[in-house]
Order: sequence, then structure tokens, then C-alpha cells
Amino acid sequence: MRCDLKKKSSILKSLRTGLLIAISIIVFAYAFQVTNVNFETTRSEVRITQLTRVLRALAKPELVEYDTTEEEISSPFYLPCPDNGEIEGIEKNTNLAYIQTSVICASPKETITVEGFNMPANIKGPINFLAASGVKRQLANFETNSDGYFSVDVVVPTRQPVAEAQYITATIRTTTGLPKWTETAKATWDKIIETVFIALLATTIGTAASIPISFIAARNLMKDSTSTPTSTALNIIGFPLGAYLGYIFSKWIIDLLSPFEKNVFITLIGLIISGVIAYFSLRKGLPSEDIKKPTNSVKIQRFAFIFIAGVMAILSIILFGEFTKLAGEALENLLGPIGFLGYALFQIGDITSMLVPALTAIAFGGVIVSVFNKVGLSLQDNLNTSILKIINIVLSTIAGAILFALVMAVINWFYQFNNPRISLYYPVIIGGFAGFILAVIAKPKHLLPTGFIIYTITRTILNALRSIEPLVMAIIAVIWVGIGPFAGSLALALHTIAALAKLYSEQVESIDDGPLEAIHATGANKLQTIVYAVIPQIIPPYISFTMYRWDINVRMSTIIGFVGGGGIGFLLQQNINLLSYRSASVQMLAIAVVVASMDYVSSKIRERIV
Amino acid sequence: MLEIKNLTKVYEGNVQALDDVSFNVQPGEFLAVIGLSGSGKSTLLRCINRLVEPTNGEVIWDGVDVTKAGPDELRRIRRQIGMIFQHFNLVERSKVLTNVLAGRLGYTNPAMSLVNRFSKKDVEMAYKQLERVGITDQANKRADELSGGQQQRVSIARAMMQNPKIILADEPVASLDPVLAHSIMQYLEKINKEDGVTIICSLHFLDLVHRYANRAIALNAGVLMFDGAPKEIDDVKFKEIYGKEAERVG
Repeated sequence: MRCDLKKKSSILKSLRTGLLIAISIIVFAYAFQVTNVNFETTRSEVRITQLTRVLRALAKPELVEYDTTEEEISSPFYLPCPDNGEIEGIEKNTNLAYIQTSVICASPKETITVEGFNMPANIKGPINFLAASGVKRQLANFETNSDGYFSVDVVVPTRQPVAEAQYITATIRTTTGLPKWTETAKATWDKIIETVFIALLATTIGTAASIPISFIAARNLMKDSTSTPTSTALNIIGFPLGAYLGYIFSKWIIDLLSPFEKNVFITLIGLIISGVIAYFSLRKGLPSEDIKKPTNSVKIQRFAFIFIAGVMAILSIILFGEFTKLAGEALENLLGPIGFLGYALFQIGDITSMLVPALTAIAFGGVIVSVFNKVGLSLQDNLNTSILKIINIVLSTIAGAILFALVMAVINWFYQFNNPRISLYYPVIIGGFAGFILAVIAKPKHLLPTGFIIYTITRTILNALRSIEPLVMAIIAVIWVGIGPFAGSLALALHTIAALAKLYSEQVESIDDGPLEAIHATGANKLQTIVYAVIPQIIPPYISFTMYRWDINVRMSTIIGFVGGGGIGFLLQQNINLLSYRSASVQMLAIAVVVASMDYVSSKIRERIV
Repeated sequence: MLEIKNLTKVYEGNVQALDDVSFNVQPGEFLAVIGLSGSGKSTLLRCINRLVEPTNGEVIWDGVDVTKAGPDELRRIRRQIGMIFQHFNLVERSKVLTNVLAGRLGYTNPAMSLVNRFSKKDVEMAYKQLERVGITDQANKRADELSGGQQQRVSIARAMMQNPKIILADEPVASLDPVLAHSIMQYLEKINKEDGVTIICSLHFLDLVHRYANRAIALNAGVLMFDGAPKEIDDVKFKEIYGKEAERVG
């Protein structure tokens, strides 16, 4: 019985193997057809000649050139021979270089021999027929031997008969002076610098943005974060509300400050004062240690201080933006050759001003969320289940309505329904109903896996973003900010965020849990656990991934110019399209050198740090 | 001071780790928790400071139910409960001093921790704790450069930074050799006697229990099998705790 079973399974097994082999043969056969595999073309002589030509051109990058001087050595020649046969012979200085034709006159299409004497040794050059009209025609090339002698047979060209002497000349080209960079090499140098800096900016911005995201996208940090239905609903209501208030608030402050924004001194003084107030009220509001449980009045006092600190911080950020803009502008004119420092300062100020409303919105949203969270927790602790359930139902109906309305607003932005029934009423009704149902079903004190939901959403967005090639992103960025390196930097930065956040978060997921547990046990909160137990463990892999990404970004930025993203790719594409392969070869060489040296440097840095 | 009432923990997949465990701990006690691997010792210790969320039951600490505490309350409770682990659980890439200072995190303001700042007082205290366990000279080394015994001493110093009223030690000597095991146990004994810190310590070896503990509880498959003085563990009790096939060693 057992034997039978074995036999049967072995037959099945071999059948399965055979089937697998057959399928793979079919798959590869189809792949050959789809990809137009045709080895005949690889043997075609025309193509091989072309390939050889291109490869040889590529092997000779147009890197350096020399100044050349030309010296023409001529000998008079009569075409045709004069009728009277009188030809003025001329004396040649046989100490210098000279050429000698076998005959002094000939008819068209006759073959004559041209000899050269005392020429520079081992050089090449053209032999021309210089007609009386001044038109040159190349007859042949000469190549001197080590004694500076050559002898070439040339065919006399057909020309209008002229009585006076015309000339046969040999041109000696000599290079003089030191080799100098070609224009191509100079342009390549400019663009390769641009390329490296595109990669640098993209990597820096990408790394800075992806570190916080990576914590949100790490399963082990997020999976334990849960919240009650009450808090969740309050958060969904509170964050958009807070964000909106924050936005309005920042606009209001910016408007309030607008009369002073062009005055360097007022902005500077304001910056210092608001910064100092923010710092000290923060110190007051956040004592470095609290040994005892704070009383309510102490809590309110602290909250007031933190609030003042927050407002002052927003104020100082706005003023910082204005001040750096003004200072940058002034410095750019003042500093002359290092004016780019002023330019950078101005841009930093500009970014700051641009980000203020968003930052304020997020900060206000965060504050409202944390206050609402506390409210939710105390409701939870102090109310009995049935009242809590009613509150939950009300809150989650509102939350569902808000959530759906917000999502629909985004969809409406893309598709422009512009019909309040579709973009507002339906989502509010459906969302409210969904929230209502959820709250009715869920137990009021049941914990929702909020952390896990946020983790999943973040991961999904990252994966979607990562699947879009930087080249495609660059096309969109070019539309936004115009052709140039800035577009390339933006596209690469965005892709870097998506790719690094994922790599980083996987590193967070693979850290040792022991220290986390230990730090947690001391009473540390989530933030402290990250600073003391997570970050020390992830520094080496983070650095190594950043270097790796820097590598990739350099490589990507070399071709991002193909779609207008700046850098060396633009030159390369241009030269390939112009069929000037020797110039293209310079750019390829530059790319190879830069990529290889980046590779080397990054591996050295990794070795040292890890 | 610590009252465990009907504590039950069921892990995902219906694994019963603790089954209706109740006992009291008096201030100043050195309580040993014994039992086979997987009998629920670690879960029990972790339920006390809620590193593991209990399924049922109460943990009353100084009159407060730990299992119902909110985040702020839990933080204040946890910082009075030091913890020592079998695998030390130091942050290996950080300096020894930083590891010790981390014991102060429950008292420090989170915003201050963000910029890696501890008060001068805390740093002085950290050196004092390192001096007590005799490794002041290692303060600026990376934690993973230290030997196992030294690492466990660092983690004792870390626990002591919390000014704990109680220390939970989860098999603190299981990955150390016998000589080091005694030295670590002596440090715990010293903390217990000199500072009056209550100690709950899970242990594998009965001779250690006899030598250091003044009371022992035993778990078998999550059920409390024994609660009394270590010398009361006779052969019958022993078989009950460790199973019929077990034999006494040492």
C-alpha cells in the first residue's frame, strides 16, 4: 500500500517536472519573439562597419586639443604644358624643406610623382593643387619617413587651362604649445559638477524627509499604537480643524507683519526677541524633570507657557524667513564672487516663508489632537459604557462625514465634478452612515489598531511612489519648475524619499527589541524610546543606505537630463543625436569617472563608520 | 505594597501563560520566582509593569491599579519599578554612561530627551551608580565592549537610576557563568539590604534561591504552585513544580 502510494507520487512528480520544463520552453520561445531577437542583424556587414566606427569614435574622447601652425611648401606647376615650351624654373633652397615634382608641367589626368625633402620626420599631411583661382583641391596624403622624405604619385586634376604657374603644395601641420581642454571638455566639466550637486541636494532633502517617515512606516514601532473609538473619532475631527485654524492663524500673523517685512533691522530685532521669549517660555513650560505628579494649576501654567512658546516660535520662524531673504539679497550683491552664499541664504528664507503656513497648520492640528486625546481618555475613564456609546456614535458619525468629505475634495480636485451633490452631500451622508454603523458595532472601550492603519497607508503610498521612475517624475517636475537642474533635483528627491523611507523602515523593523523593552520599562515614552533605543541601533545602516542612495542618485542624475532635468544627460543626448560620438564619449567618460569615484568614496566612508 | 489579584494572560493563539495568579509582595522582600522555561515567569514580571498587557486581573501598586492606569500614570508607576533582563538589553552602540542615564528617562521631560540632555545632577548620579557596581572606569566605553558580567552590572546601575522601590529581575544570571552569577546576585542582595529595595527575581537554580531569597513562588504552566519560604521546597514540592522526571542538581 505504502509502496503504491510512493510510485504514484513519483509518477506525478515527474509529470509535473515535465510540464514545468515544457512551460518554461514556451515562455522563453515567446520571449524571443516578443523582444525581436534577431542575430542576423548582428552579423550584417553594414551594421558592423557602423558599429566599428562608433566604437572607435567612442574610444577617442575629444578631451584635449593643441594649437596648430600650418606651413605650406609649394612648387610651381604648369597645367597644361605651355605651347612654346618655355618654363621658368625656380631655384629652391635645398637647405630648407622643399618639394619636387617629377615633371614641371603635365596634362590633366596624367600621373606625376611628388617628392618631399628635408621635411619633419614621420608626419602626415595633405598634398593640394592650388589653382590660379585660389581654389584648393586635395590630391593625396603624404607621410614622411624618418629622414623627412616622401614620394607620392598623384593624378593631375582637370582644370581650365591657365598660362601662368599654378602650385602643388604640401602642408606641414605642427602642433605647438601645451595641450588644452576642448570646448566639449569644458562644457562637460560644468555639467558634471551640476550633476553631482543635483545628486547631493536630492540625497540630502530625501534623507531628511525620509527619516521621520521611516518610523511611521516601521511595523514594530506602530503595531502597538492603539486608540479607543472616542479618541480616534476626536482625532479625525480635531486634526483638520486644528490644521485649518493654524493656517488661518499663520496667514493672520503674516499679514500683521507685512508692514515691517522689508525692514532688515526690525525683522532681526523681532527675530531675536521672539526667539528668546520662545526659548525661555519653553524652558518654563517644559521643566527638565518632574518628580511629583503635577497639580492642575501647574499643568495649566505649563500649558500657557508652551502656548506662548509656540506662538513665539511661529513668529520667529516667519521673521527668520523674512530676515534671511533680505540678508541674502543684500549679501548676494555685496559678496561678489562668493555671492552664491547670499543666494543660498535667500532661498533658505524663501523655503521657510513658504513652509510656515503648512508647519503652523500641522502644529495646530497636533496640539488639538493631543488635547482631544486627553479629553477622549478622561471621557473613557469617567463615563459609563452606555453614555460613552452614545458619545461614540455621535462623534464617529461626524468623523466619518468629515473624512469622506476630505477624501472626496481631493478626488474632486482631480476630476472637477464641481457638483456639490457628488462632492459634498453624498460623501457626508455615506461617511456619516459608515461612522455610525462602526460605532454601533464596536464596543466602546475596544481598542482600534490606529498605528497599524497609519503604517499600512504610509507603506502603500511609499510603494506607489517608488514604482514611478525618477525619469517620469522629472517630466512632471519640468512642467512645474521648468527645464533645468532644479526639476531634476525635485524628481530625484521625491524618489529618494520613497525609496529610503522603505529601506530605513525595514532597518527599524530588524532592530533588537531588548533595548526597546528595557527603555520602555524605565517609564520612557514613545519619543524617548525612539531617541534612546531605536536611533543608536539604526545609525550604521542609515548611513550606509544614505551612501548607497547617493550613489544611485549620482547615476540617475547623469541621465535625468534626457528629459530636461539638468545635469550632464542633456549634453550627452545632444551629442548622440548630432552623431558626434567623440564628444559623447567625453561625457560618458566623465560619468564613468564620477560614478566610480563616488562608489569608492562611499564604500570607504561606510567602512569607516559602520 | 504590591498585590497581584487573579492575574491571567492569554497570548494570541490561545496560549495560556498565566492562569489566575494571586500573591502579595511585602516591602523589602527578596522574592524568587521559580519554574520551568515557559512556565510564565517572564510574563508575570512583565505584567507587573505592563510591558505585557494582562488579559484579566489586577496589579495593585501602592493602592493604584496598574492595569487601568492611563499613559501619564503608567509612566509614573514604571519609573519606580526597575527592571533587569537575562540578556541585559543594553543599547550596545551607546556609551555605558548613556545606558545608565537612560534609567532616568521616566523623570526627564521628553522634549529634553530629544536633544539628548540630562541634568548635571543626573550625570553625577549615574557616576555614583557606576561606582557602586565598580565599573566607573568603563563609563565612556561602548556597551558592547564590556563582558557579560559587566553589562549586567551596567543594567543594575540603570535600574538604580530610577530610584526604584522595587526591581524586577528576569533571570538576571541565566546567561552568566556561576562565579559571575554570584557576584550579580550579591549586588542585588546589597541593593535589597542596604537600600531596602524590594526584589522580585526569577531564577533557574534552586541553590541561588536558597542562598539569596527570603521567599519563593513557583509557577507551572501559568499556575501558582507554591508560595512560601525557600527551605519549604521539599522533594514532593519539587516534583510538583518541575515535573515528575526532574531531578535535583547542585
